[in-house]
Amino acid sequence: MQLEFSPAEIAFQKEVRTFIAENYPQNLRSVQDEGHDLSKEDFLSWHRILAKKGWIAPAWPVEYGGTGWTATERFIWSEELAAADCVGTMPFGLSMVGPVIYTFGTPEQKAKFLPGILSGDDWWCQGYSEPGAGSDLASLRTKAVRDGDHYVVNGQKTWTTMAQHADWGFFLVRTDSDAKAQEGISFLLIDMKSPGVTVRPIITLGGEHEVNEVWLEDVRVPVANRVYEENKGWTCAKFLLAHERTGIAAVARSKRGVEKIKAIARTEQDGDRPLIANPFFKRKISELEIDLTALEFTELRSLAGEAAGKGPGPESSLLKIKGSEIQQRITELALEAVGHYGAPYFRGFGEGDNEHPIGPDYAHRAAPTYFNTRKTTIYGGSNEIQRNIIAKMVLGI
Amino acid sequence: MDFSYTETQDMIRDTLSRFLADTYDFDSRSKMIASGTGRDPAIWKALAQDLGMLGASFSEEHGGLGGGHLENALIMEELGKVIAVEPYLQTVVLGGGALKAVGGAVADAVIPEIINGNVIIAFAYAEPQGRYNLANIRTTAKKDGAGYVLNGHKGVVYAAPWATHLLVTARTGGATTDVNGVSLFLIDANAKGIVRRDYPTVDGFQASEIYFENAAIPADALLGDEGAGLPLIERIVDEATVAVCAESCGVTAKLHQGTLEYARQRNQFGQPISRFQVLQHRMVDMFMEVEQSKSMTTMATLKLDLPAAERMAAVSACKAKVSRSAKFVGQSAIQTHGGIGITQELAIGHFFKRATMIENQFGSADHHYERFERLTLAD
Repeated sequence: MQLEFSPAEIAFQKEVRTFIAENYPQNLRSVQDEGHDLSKEDFLSWHRILAKKGWIAPAWPVEYGGTGWTATERFIWSEELAAADCVGTMPFGLSMVGPVIYTFGTPEQKAKFLPGILSGDDWWCQGYSEPGAGSDLASLRTKAVRDGDHYVVNGQKTWTTMAQHADWGFFLVRTDSDAKAQEGISFLLIDMKSPGVTVRPIITLGGEHEVNEVWLEDVRVPVANRVYEENKGWTCAKFLLAHERTGIAAVARSKRGVEKIKAIARTEQDGDRPLIANPFFKRKISELEIDLTALEFTELRSLAGEAAGKGPGPESSLLKIKGSEIQQRITELALEAVGHYGAPYFRGFGEGDNEHPIGPDYAHRAAPTYFNTRKTTIYGGSNEIQRNIIAKMVLGI
Repeated sequence: MDFSYTETQDMIRDTLSRFLADTYDFDSRSKMIASGTGRDPAIWKALAQDLGMLGASFSEEHGGLGGGHLENALIMEELGKVIAVEPYLQTVVLGGGALKAVGGAVADAVIPEIINGNVIIAFAYAEPQGRYNLANIRTTAKKDGAGYVLNGHKGVVYAAPWATHLLVTARTGGATTDVNGVSLFLIDANAKGIVRRDYPTVDGFQASEIYFENAAIPADALLGDEGAGLPLIERIVDEATVAVCAESCGVTAKLHQGTLEYARQRNQFGQPISRFQVLQHRMVDMFMEVEQSKSMTTMATLKLDLPAAERMAAVSACKAKVSRSAKFVGQSAIQTHGGIGITQELAIGHFFKRATMIENQFGSADHHYERFERLTLAD
């Protein structure tokens, strides 16, 4: 056991750091620094640069376009991306449907879909939740009825993140209404431009348009777009949930988040001292930082286990629970730190008047981000569902 | 970066685990504690001579296996799983740690005797007024001819009734809390002028109040430089703090496991209580605390040889987290057991008692949060 990076790992770190510094788009940096919402093109500009370099899917097997990096190299990569405040890549293609397709898909499906995921030409979204199927996902009712070499799909999906940009979506649909809950579900890839697909925005508490309702009315989907066997879609869904441990804990980004709070707390005044000198606020930061270290080393131990041949297991629910709680605590502390200037709503500021600013820049998104981040303990299987998973799969109760 | 154990480390863990399973079941442990000496000396001899376990963290030149902090952590975790009352922490981690750090003739003489089980060391550092400040020392060591004369009172010296040697912190100069003027001595536990009042501790060990009344000690009892002993003391206490965290990983893992087993067989409302979601989620939270304790202990163990400020920050982060986990897991284990958990009959209560003492050993969570903040969160 040792913590130090090997000379080769240090060289790798230098290489990726230099690449990021030299290639991260300057205009994207300005959009981020000024606190604007990111457009589809903003996200894709960095995606395309990584795709061209061959670094867009480090977790994929090399034969499908992965980098062949070790677990440590992937750890270094995520640390460097976070340290440089790079925007994240969208997970729906790269971390979700991509691995399902290269694991369960036909050669034709792999040839048709994987290149577009890697290049960024196809933007994907996830059609899982329904108004009546949240934590109880298997109770979903969107129906696909076979009609020749097509399915005819009817139903409603919700919380579909970034569906407003999506070219394709992967959907869980019921293909056998008589089967028990998890059986009778199939995994379909649906062209979002198909007739009968309607996307309607849902605006969340921070005022942002991230999630949508997706209505499916007599949408015709070729049977060739079903991944894996009919009525066995739950296998793909479970695989997808258990896959892609790296990053689920968001350690590198949270470390950066803690650094930002410290910077704010050194700037904000609390009487005649900086806020960071307030013993109560300081204790919250140290608790957060220590809990984050515990999460980081839990993830490193889990990656080491994976590298030693123990596949990603349900204990990674621990990473999701603790990682999401920490993300929330960071936004909570940031909002507390900015004091009065948590209240002004930046979307209503109107045209800039630089002579008369409304509070410090770092305060503008504190409250909206806090509101938005409540999602982390709800999505991807709520933290209560994650506890059920650990109880059943790890503790055997 | 690498998080795998070597074959030797795996072997140490397996060998010790098997030995303790055979010798340290709950009834045997209870009998040892109730016996006159409060332990079974044959176990210590076997650890030394049959298993070679006491040499795991010493160099091959001294007759050990060539290991270090990781081996100490492995061994402490296994000892924690049976709440062993062996003086490994005091003798090997603290005494051995100090000897390895100073080296020289004293190390060459004493370390082989630790390895073969002949030497047991107790660490006399705490004083009634000192709380967790290692420099808060009133015990004095005054130069007297070629040697020193010790005077003062050390409190709650774990393992002292069994010790052949005492590792003692004392002032050779300076005022009560000065960083300078602190010295470390390794002395004969039976020297004239040492008065001991022995007693059992709530977690099954034996300890003593020690009064030094003009105890004369030779010059070569001094470890390191006179008056400049504090950095050495801080270092061995950091090493011991992480070792106790490793022990806590073993203790809390057993608290969690015992709770799971109990919940599966305890029926109420016509079903095992393990079916109740509110208890399931609490047991999941216990699991997460145990896992995070292991993660923090690994982190801190790997950072023990870094420069002092980094080492201290890592150790305090670890102990702050582990102390809180020990409290949560211990209290949850008792609550889930219900009334039977607060009796002497079941092992679970005895694990809880050790977990509770670990919380404050070498500093409470608050003490370590504060030290972490001092080192890393400057204005």
